[in-house]
Amino acid sequence: MDPSLIDWSRAQFALTAMYHWLFVPLTLGLGVIMGIMETIYVVRGDEYWKRLTQFWMKIFGVNFAVGVATGLILEFEFGTNWSNYSWLVGDIFGAPLAIEGIIAFFMESTFIAVMYFGWEKVSRRFHLASTWLTTLGATISAWWILVANAWMQYPVGMTFNPDTVRNEMTSLSSFFTVAFSPMAITKFFHTVMSGWLTGAVVVVGISAWYLLRRREERFARSSMLVGSIFGLVACGLVMLTGDTSGVIVGRTQPMKLAAFEGLEDGSEHAPLTIVGDMKIPNMLTILATHQWTGFVPGINDILNGGYKLPDSTTALSAEEKMSRGTIALEALTLYRSAKNKGETEKIEDLRTRLQENLPYFGYGHIRDKHDLIPPVGLLFWSFRIMVGLGSLFCLIFCLLVFLQYRKQLTRWPLLLHVAVWCIPLVYICSQAGWICAEVGRQPWAIQDLLPINAAVSALQSSSVRVTFFIFLVIFTLLLVAELRILFNVVKKGPQIDETTSPNT
Amino acid sequence: MNILNAIFRFYVEGFRRMTLGRTLWVLVLLKLFVIFVILRLFFFRPAMQGMTIEEKQQHVAQRLGIPLDK
Repeated sequence: MDPSLIDWSRAQFALTAMYHWLFVPLTLGLGVIMGIMETIYVVRGDEYWKRLTQFWMKIFGVNFAVGVATGLILEFEFGTNWSNYSWLVGDIFGAPLAIEGIIAFFMESTFIAVMYFGWEKVSRRFHLASTWLTTLGATISAWWILVANAWMQYPVGMTFNPDTVRNEMTSLSSFFTVAFSPMAITKFFHTVMSGWLTGAVVVVGISAWYLLRRREERFARSSMLVGSIFGLVACGLVMLTGDTSGVIVGRTQPMKLAAFEGLEDGSEHAPLTIVGDMKIPNMLTILATHQWTGFVPGINDILNGGYKLPDSTTALSAEEKMSRGTIALEALTLYRSAKNKGETEKIEDLRTRLQENLPYFGYGHIRDKHDLIPPVGLLFWSFRIMVGLGSLFCLIFCLLVFLQYRKQLTRWPLLLHVAVWCIPLVYICSQAGWICAEVGRQPWAIQDLLPINAAVSALQSSSVRVTFFIFLVIFTLLLVAELRILFNVVKKGPQIDETTSPNT
Repeated sequence: MNILNAIFRFYVEGFRRMTLGRTLWVLVLLKLFVIFVILRLFFFRPAMQGMTIEEKQQHVAQRLGIPLDK
């Protein structure tokens, strides 16, 4: 296998996924904020809030239009660049993605039309319902995509069929195991709440920009109030779901957690590293296990094995796992050969051997145990960027809510400047979160079952490289177009007659 | 039929009244053309296109069943 093929295929997928992820969080977050604003409009019957909602719907529309369908390219890449992977997971991915396409996408696209075209055509309540249903559609869509992603991190609920060479969902209960695995639930809430945070930061940042220029002041203050309170709530939820996520990662992907912390050797009272030698004693143990005392394995422990797992069994070493993986690969090949030759007496024995070693199937493709370590430096810093920026947003939302309560918002222009700069920072934060999730899973395409070197299609590296650069050009052009349109919409402003209503 | 007619008119009037939406639709259609016509047809042919199901099974089994360094 040409190593550059794997690198270019990964780079292309990462580029597409990261580009797609520029649009999704704002759709999720801004959708809720629009819903809140329109609810205020319907409850109060105040036209001012309608105009406010309409302005944010314009921003939502630009983001939606540029982002829509960019996720489809990922599905093309599955079939072309990752065909072995696609075949192996087809049954698992098929159901969530089909449901996503049928229910969520159609729901989203139907109600979005009412949302934009229906202001004067349908009743206020029906329009409000359409706005919320558009957001709900986008959120349900995110649910199914995240179910598929969570399954790659924590593959449960499937049965490997050596005849079809696929992971199959054999019953309704296995579907529910996939759809509601603890990893899927926490991933969904953490990701969607981070989208809410993105929406809040963008609303607050644009409002701060208006306040700094002393224009659209009433509009900016109203938007800032909704955005900052919503952002504060989102911050709390992101922290809560992030904490739960940490426990699940510690239990199911200990190497990822160890890499986040750059933890070489584990302990019963593992410290949390801030940066360098700044550590909080015992904090990693508390965060990863929710207990005062609990072993958090380091990279060396995971490679060498021998420590107690949460279920009281002893962790296998990497060599043992690789050896059992090799047995599983051989059993698969021999099983299929026996089946072809009609050697019925061997078939059951080989099937049993395969099933016994299946949890380590992917380790059969690992050449060196050190290949099991993901890029520690990238993960260490991505994790700190994500957590650090998330904490900064919390602090800023707290200050903004407090200053609005004291009616002193415009006395702190520096804070307003920081709020504007938080717009690019929230995207960096969001991308850093996905780097943690996806790079932390390396070398696995599917945790423990399929490493990326076995998942990739046998293509010409040069052709993957060419498409990478084609994407880079297309994505850059689209992004420039979006930003230009967005900046124009913001510069033009909401054009609200700020004297229309006293109810703010 | 009245309902269908009302829905049709709802969309027609909605599209007619668009301002910023026109630019966005141009962008969306251009993007969909690039994705579905150029990328899909010329750059993203499924790697196992043309194989029967049995051939796909055999192809993946061979690929996965043999350790890559051996």
